Amino acid sequence: MAVPKRKMSRSNTRHRRSQWKAAVPALVACDRCHEPKLGHIACPSCGTYNRRQVLSV
Amino acid sequence: MPRPAKGARLGGGPSHERLLLAGLARELFQYGRITTTEAKARRLRPVAEKLITKAKKGDIHNRREVRKTITDVAVLHTLFTEIAPRYENRPGGYTRITKVGPRRGDNAPMAVIELVEALTVAQTAVGEAEAATKRSVKETEAAAPVDAAPADAAPVEDAAPADAVEETKEG
Repeated sequence: MAVPKRKMSRSNTRHRRSQWKAAVPALVACDRCHEPKLGHIACPSCGTYNRRQVLSV
Repeated sequence: MPRPAKGARLGGGPSHERLLLAGLARELFQYGRITTTEAKARRLRPVAEKLITKAKKGDIHNRREVRKTITDVAVLHTLFTEIAPRYENRPGGYTRITKVGPRRGDNAPMAVIELVEALTVAQTAVGEAEAATKRSVKETEAAAPVDAAPADAAPVEDAAPADAVEETKEG
């Protein structure tokens, strides 16, 4: 079985982890309530998509 | 060559997948609108629409074909007597998928799949009128657009709020 030959340095560990970032979601304003929401998805605050009530809120 | 079905594979094997889709179709016809993951909704749509197309024909052979999938006879009856007649004038496209954002817990993208409303006489007329307008626009490319734009806008606005009101009553 393959095993690591050397201990991984803190520097290498931290370099690796520094690349692990959260991306900012692209939000748009809802047509009806102008709340920020994800594109192409029914608005979670007013429950409409394309001026059609999809979710009961 | 056989072409694999579009979309994600569901479940632990082919029989499990068939059962999952059959269950989803039954629930859809029973409740009219279900919330599920987007992958399942995308797989369900063609299954459900083919069942409705068979139900629209309505003879005993098609009833038996549908019964292979929808084994619940109460739902089968609803499908043939209530759902299928609604779509008499609609040439396919009986379901609508709307994405509703990720699920809390596993962040799975969720969607609502629902049976669309029956085409009313007015909507059919509007559809025909729009098609006619488009044809005329194509024919007289230069002259028509100024005339066509307001004619298009009015019926669409009429149709949309009516839909919205109906849906709010349901939900």
